Amino acid sequence: VSQVIFFIAAIGALAGAIGVVTLRNPFYSVLSLAFHLVSLAALFLLLHAEFVAAAQVVVYAGAVMVLYVFVVAYVGGGEQIPSGAVLKVLGPLFAIAVAVELCIAMLGSALKGVKTQGAPIVPGFGQPSHIGTQLLTRYLFPFEAASILLLIAAVGAVVLARRRRGLEGGDEPPRHFRLTEPDFAGTMAEGGGVRSTAYDELLHPEVDGTDQPKPEPTHTGGW
Amino acid sequence: VNIGWYLVVSALIFCIGAGGVLTRRNPLSILLCLELMLNGANLALVAFARMWGGESGQIFALIVMVVAAAEVTVGLGLIVAIYRRRLPIDVDELSELHG
Repeated sequence: VSQVIFFIAAIGALAGAIGVVTLRNPFYSVLSLAFHLVSLAALFLLLHAEFVAAAQVVVYAGAVMVLYVFVVAYVGGGEQIPSGAVLKVLGPLFAIAVAVELCIAMLGSALKGVKTQGAPIVPGFGQPSHIGTQLLTRYLFPFEAASILLLIAAVGAVVLARRRRGLEGGDEPPRHFRLTEPDFAGTMAEGGGVRSTAYDELLHPEVDGTDQPKPEPTHTGGW
Repeated sequence: VNIGWYLVVSALIFCIGAGGVLTRRNPLSILLCLELMLNGANLALVAFARMWGGESGQIFALIVMVVAAAEVTVGLGLIVAIYRRRLPIDVDELSELHG
């Protein structure tokens, strides 16, 4: 049974990974990554790592994926930029070469350790109580360092993504101030009907007759 | 199932992620492919923990998850900042910092 589950989960994880790389729409890539993470959690369960699997599903497939989905929805998917010609050929070649090399190293060589089914399992292996005991005794320093790293990352993300008002001026489109009254108001030209819209545009090309503000420049960056 | 097969799956996931990092130009996709590479390493760590019967590898995997979460947070903050500044979202165009 465990072999069947292993092959299903491994095929799911690899298919999810390929989907992340090949799908054009970033939204579908994020969904594919979520599928990949859930399949990987099944592999963790097969390896008797229950707490890591639970953390994977809750933290990764839950919280981090929601963050991705929000950013994709804010920035917007759209057409993809085609990659450069050189990297488009060399990148997959490099990946395939490394994969073949690693597979030869792990399957073809006479490594005794990786051919086993693993060490005998003590009861409670990978349970939250064991992990917590290890984290608070032997690995206390990495635990605290990780907490400080998370704090720094949270503060850094807020600083990076905040709206800078009045500091740089690049964020907000410049406001167009208009005169409060039309140019020909109160003159003979207004009474004589000289002020046609064509004449007004001839004098002031940027000011149209209505009081509508200029439309904000739309974002043209795209993906 | 031998531990070696888990390592093969982790190596394949890592290589798929590496190929994606090399070929994609959208920083969001590059972050996603980085996640793939970190997850491949995580699978290898958990497989080695199973091989030795100790929990150290699983704790390393948890720490890697924390680092990945921090990286994602800062990276997505950078992408939002790039979008706000109306800069092109393309890693080849964002080359002001290279010397």
